Amino acid sequence: MSDPIVTICEHYHRDRSRLMDIVREVQARQGQVSPEAEAVIARELGCKPVEVQSTVSFYAFLSERPVGHIPIRLCNDVVDRMAGAAEVARAFERELGIPMGSVTGDGLFGLHWTPCIGMSDQAPAALIGDLPVTRLRPEDVPELVEILRLSKDPHAIPREVGDGNNAHPLVRSMVHNNIRRSGPVCLSPWPRGEAVHRAAAMDPREILETIGTSGLRGRGGAAFPTGMKWRFAAQAPGARKTVICNADEGEPGTFKDRVLLTEQAGMVVEGMIIAARAIGADEGILYLRGEYEYLRAFLESVLQEYRADGLLGSSIAGLGGFDFDIRIQMGAGAYVCGEETALISSCEGRRGDPRNKPPFPAQKGYLDRPTIVNNVETFCCATRIVLGGAEWFRSLGTESSPGTKLLSVSGDCERPGVYEFEFGTPLSSVLRAVQADDAQALLVGGPSGQFVQEAGFGRTIAFDDLGTAGAVVVFDHSRDLLEIVEQYMEFFCEESCGYCTPCRFGNEVILQIVHRLRTGWGKPEDLDLLRELGQVMRKASRCGLGQTSANPVLSTMDQFPHIYESQIARPRGFDLAAATSQAEALAGHPSRHLEKEGDHA
Amino acid sequence: MPEEVTLTIDGKKITAKIGQSILEAAEENGVYIPHLCALQELHSTGACRVCMVRIDGRYSASCTQPVSDGLQVEVESDELLEIRKMIVEMLFAEGNHFCPCCEKSGNCELQALAYRLGIDSVRFPYQFPQREVDAEHPDVFIDHNRCILCGRCVEASRNADHKTALEFIGRGKNKRLAVTGIVDLDRADKAVSVCPVGAILLKRQAFQVPLGQRRFDHEPIGAEVESRNPEVRTP
Repeated sequence: MSDPIVTICEHYHRDRSRLMDIVREVQARQGQVSPEAEAVIARELGCKPVEVQSTVSFYAFLSERPVGHIPIRLCNDVVDRMAGAAEVARAFERELGIPMGSVTGDGLFGLHWTPCIGMSDQAPAALIGDLPVTRLRPEDVPELVEILRLSKDPHAIPREVGDGNNAHPLVRSMVHNNIRRSGPVCLSPWPRGEAVHRAAAMDPREILETIGTSGLRGRGGAAFPTGMKWRFAAQAPGARKTVICNADEGEPGTFKDRVLLTEQAGMVVEGMIIAARAIGADEGILYLRGEYEYLRAFLESVLQEYRADGLLGSSIAGLGGFDFDIRIQMGAGAYVCGEETALISSCEGRRGDPRNKPPFPAQKGYLDRPTIVNNVETFCCATRIVLGGAEWFRSLGTESSPGTKLLSVSGDCERPGVYEFEFGTPLSSVLRAVQADDAQALLVGGPSGQFVQEAGFGRTIAFDDLGTAGAVVVFDHSRDLLEIVEQYMEFFCEESCGYCTPCRFGNEVILQIVHRLRTGWGKPEDLDLLRELGQVMRKASRCGLGQTSANPVLSTMDQFPHIYESQIARPRGFDLAAATSQAEALAGHPSRHLEKEGDHA
Repeated sequence: MPEEVTLTIDGKKITAKIGQSILEAAEENGVYIPHLCALQELHSTGACRVCMVRIDGRYSASCTQPVSDGLQVEVESDELLEIRKMIVEMLFAEGNHFCPCCEKSGNCELQALAYRLGIDSVRFPYQFPQREVDAEHPDVFIDHNRCILCGRCVEASRNADHKTALEFIGRGKNKRLAVTGIVDLDRADKAVSVCPVGAILLKRQAFQVPLGQRRFDHEPIGAEVESRNPEVRTP
């Protein structure tokens, strides 16, 4: 019998650039990618074992050590913690008899924390194997564990399937779409395939012109003009070009791409085909975050339908020479891969390190080919623009921000979910729609965006006001904002790739200082240091992660200065018991001196 | 297409060759921009971020930014100096850098840069991380305590030695250098000679050059660059 790892490598034609797929399959099959497995893979691919290790050790869902036959990954995003993730974790620890971050003795279960899995509107949530389990309650855990113990299969978990395509036979998940407000661009029915036929009939320059005049800007957060990006790639010399859809939505509190992929997948695919026609690409990649593995089979079937209809593959829509196909590239748990050049590295089977720019992906991207990377929502918009025209699109939203924006709303509100608003909508309207009447703060754009206080609720969702990839988290007056800031900084520390100094170390220092402040040990000069450090990270970091990861601190210092000042002003004594606790633990008995003092008191 | 372009550094016009980075062009014209990861003969990694400048108002690492005609580059300003200082301080606080007992002292670019930038203390909490010294190789020490993750050795091993004997593993603060196997690394490799700090050292060479006679003992780092420009006087 041949080595299953060799078989996996053969399946991918021993192609070094498909290393992500190979190690993911090994991980799924063996529950780890052991050093021995790395050596076999390296031999098969003709590279060094350390290169395989370099990739494996980068991604949270890949591990050299066993993570359990059934890894249980509890989401520890801020919103999940607000919804009781800690109690759920305790229940799992009790049932499994192991602490978080470990594996049961029999190797059956692993219990791990994981950052936002895109289910903030149905928190607390977890991934059990690949299966999302939402609205977890501590009291459900014993039965869950019992079923898993008997079946050894996450899919045996009884569940009421969610709405829409969540009930599709290839999905069958308990996830709900929670579409609360549909708009004319992304979340309404579209004539399937028509945009592709139109694009095939259009000259590529005409498509570029249409997308350009529509004023469409990237929906993933960076807001780069889509038409310009496509034009650069169209003009770049290269026999082969690539269109990549960034479905690595990892910004804490964002889940609108999950809903688009569930309900409007065809629109996304058509947008990619239109882009391919516009820039002359022959290859497409849908980069799907590892957390959305449960949607993969369904998305494969959507692609298959387009192929069957002659809208994907060769001679698309009957146009000779219009050849383009799409493959799905799975991620493996790395927020930084949402950065387009890191995503490209990941598609090539490497660590998700961002790259130096220039060269820009439009000149030299995936496998050095001219490449465009756009967000899921951006491709939906492109499809709608080809159908409705640039003028119609411009009639929506504002002059500088045409169209609509999907918002993923979660936190302290009655109606969390996905909302499609025209650009220019004030936060106050969003708050009314989501029924949040006690909001202390809104986090717009996730932790890499900004906190807004009540006086700013008149501000609008627009590129020239509050630009956002769509995450809106509501915090009511019961929430400790500094605690929330600390939790978001933990996230950035976890997710920094470590490539450049300011991000690798800056996030750590911010976390330590915020922790110091919260525990009463802050110094007045800490506030200046936080501000200066945050500015240096913003200016000097190599990619968007480090350039924005100080934002939770910088924007709360600006909007809620009292949460810092009150910590500094807090009178504090010397906590002798805390100071000696470590020594006592080492010695194995309480301090005798302290006992004596206590006797006198 | 012209072979040369003209750009301005701190108000002074210089000419540069197409394909050069801002850092290279500056150095050729006798303007020193502090840096730790860039090395002339290697592809720039852009990892350390010490060489930050402002180009037409935008912050950028000068080692990865190519020259083009008409660029206005700002190198010396209080703000940029502050950025560089802070980044060098970060590197000191992040690792375990004990100059007095380090064989690289006097030849160390990190140490020399700290002197040049006038860093006499570090604002950040020292992390004192637990890191290993790898002495398995017959000819080479790898002391992870001193590694600043600049990527020079990884880059040299991949593209100059054509071996990929070294790679980074892990991410964030757990990112570290890994060797694929000691057989892959040779004492004559470029990867062994490019370390700016004392993280990769040849064995049996300690103190062959005495303290006091080392690279930065008499002139600050960057002096050799500035000697190309009679107008600039090294501080």
